Amino acid sequence: MSGRGTKTIRVDTLARVEGEGSLYIKLVGERVADVKLKIYEPPRFFEAFLRGRHFSEAPDITARICGICPIAYQMSAIHAIERALGTRIDPTVRLLRRLFYCGEWIESHTLHVYMLHAPDFLGYQDAIAMARDHRAVVERALRLKKIGNRIVTLLGGREIHPISAAVGGFYKVPTKQQLRELVEDLEWALDASLETARWTANLEFPDFEQDYEFVALRHPDEYPFNEGRLVSNRGLDIDAAEYEDHFVEMHVKHSNALHSVVRGRGSYLVGPLARFNLNFDKLPEVARQVSREIKLALPVKNPFRSIMVRSVEIVFACAEALRIVGEYEPPPTPRVEVPNQAGVGQAITEAPRGILYHRYAMDEKGLIIAAKIIPPTSQNQKRIEDDLRDYAMRLVAWPLEEASWKCEQAIRNYDPCISCATHSLKVVIEREEAPRE
Amino acid sequence: MSSKAKHKPKIAIFKFASCDGCQLSLLDAEDELLDVVGAVDIVYFPEATRTMLNGPYDIGFVEGSVTTHQDAQRIQEVRRKCKTLITIGACATAGGIQALRNWKDVDEFIRVVYATPMWISTLKLSTPIAEHVPVDFELRGCPINKYQLIELFTATLAGRKPNIPTHSVCMECKRRATVCIAVARGTPCLGPVTQAGCGALCPSYDRGCYGCYGPMETPNTASLTSQFRALGQVDEQIVRAFRGFNAWSWQFRKASEGCEHL
Repeated sequence: MSGRGTKTIRVDTLARVEGEGSLYIKLVGERVADVKLKIYEPPRFFEAFLRGRHFSEAPDITARICGICPIAYQMSAIHAIERALGTRIDPTVRLLRRLFYCGEWIESHTLHVYMLHAPDFLGYQDAIAMARDHRAVVERALRLKKIGNRIVTLLGGREIHPISAAVGGFYKVPTKQQLRELVEDLEWALDASLETARWTANLEFPDFEQDYEFVALRHPDEYPFNEGRLVSNRGLDIDAAEYEDHFVEMHVKHSNALHSVVRGRGSYLVGPLARFNLNFDKLPEVARQVSREIKLALPVKNPFRSIMVRSVEIVFACAEALRIVGEYEPPPTPRVEVPNQAGVGQAITEAPRGILYHRYAMDEKGLIIAAKIIPPTSQNQKRIEDDLRDYAMRLVAWPLEEASWKCEQAIRNYDPCISCATHSLKVVIEREEAPRE
Repeated sequence: MSSKAKHKPKIAIFKFASCDGCQLSLLDAEDELLDVVGAVDIVYFPEATRTMLNGPYDIGFVEGSVTTHQDAQRIQEVRRKCKTLITIGACATAGGIQALRNWKDVDEFIRVVYATPMWISTLKLSTPIAEHVPVDFELRGCPINKYQLIELFTATLAGRKPNIPTHSVCMECKRRATVCIAVARGTPCLGPVTQAGCGALCPSYDRGCYGCYGPMETPNTASLTSQFRALGQVDEQIVRAFRGFNAWSWQFRKASEGCEHL
């Protein structure tokens, strides 16, 4: 593909992301002519085959969209169905769901911070190579990640595709003693997460800021997991039921994942940066304090600093888990019975990578007649392309190999989960001389 | 690279249509990870590393099912490059949950999800890897059990047969002394026909097994179907029970189709 005046970089598969995709950038002279984040992960058609299944199966089936954040799928599915059917859950069940999410955030964020993202900053191909020089750091990461997984396993039976979450509650809830046994690990984890935040602050960040529309849940009393209004820094303030009036999904030719835009405005950002900027006041003091210590000033508009924000969210998740474990008293019953009836319900919860929208319609037998699922990575997809359009301009003079690694890093700022978005990444940078005027 | 390192077996991990969960199981083996990766050379594992060496490989692990024309070709290439090929997880061993398309009109599915169906290229069926190429070992599960993965890893490196039982989930319930929920409470449970591997999790969490590890060695699905009917399940429910993550395995497929009245 190399003609006169054209340079092309090809990296066959973008690494350290979940799923399969590629990036194509065309540079014409000093100008970025085209950016396409291509998602070639094969489509799996969950929304189609959920039709005809009983609502009680939705949490188990949709979990299989993503092995990295199955709890997010279970939570959005359960909340949407409970809203459709008017189910009222026990306050302790609500608390346990928050704890469940803490486990997933700790596990998923730790994986990304240390094993997928940090190697870019330190110039390693992967965390295994990084472990040769930074063994203690990688061991801390593994132990922290394991504690996240321990929470998930205790509540859900196993780390990946846990089996206990149900519409109406849990199949089984832990005893008080079982949760108390987590305290020692969680206290260690809280310290380790603070160390993590300080450690990320020492990385080098490119001077790159963007003017984002941040979109996240906001709850009156809490840093958001399962509940809240959907808000943005540009005046959005809606209920989950209004989501589809404000956001549009577009099918673009180069991607098996649908692109989302805010109606009338364009791309937007979901995930740690959005949550942090919109909900800083809801973080516990320990998380706010470390944010100040590592000089994370609001609003954070440099996407490379998402690694710092992710670490602060691990601090939050550890502190929140400790709080919940401390006040837990088992609910009178693990779950309430949810009778079959017709209804439509929507819910948004905060997956580690950002908001995850589900809508279900059921018939009177409780069978699903329509489903819609909008994962965070498809919402960020267009925003990633917008970042790259701007960022690639700075790389025009760089050697192609380095430029493409930098672009990969910029994609990994979003911790993209491509398995989710289709319900991967190959980098191609093409250079052409500018045509003479 | 030292000369000793050169003799380490070269490992590759490939992904087809899947959720990434089974390959994540390796990274979830936090206590064993550094030892495992120290014993081998992981030279292709895009989820975890930018290093991507072209084969040949000593052992290839494949996650995911074949659902596109490109992947049907790619698996041939992968097989040629791997001395030993091991499939991991229900997608790779049975076609996965996405095999639910196999009973439906996939073109209609595309129209449900995508605005411009002509841009989507997919096969009518989601099929396991072994329908395309010879496979040396199939590790079951949705997701796989990380301890079974490590056992398989160790056994393969040592050149011995892995110790992966093929009896039913019922045996695991007995072993952990879980009271049978099908007998004691009348909860429909796929345990009697499902291969062990999860540790009989669901019954220990007061719910029936839903078949993550696929059919056991010699499953009596006809008997279980009668038992489900006796517990008051209608055929529509029995079809759904067998049509989960291992729906396209021939034993579960036969069982579900036997209850379908079209």
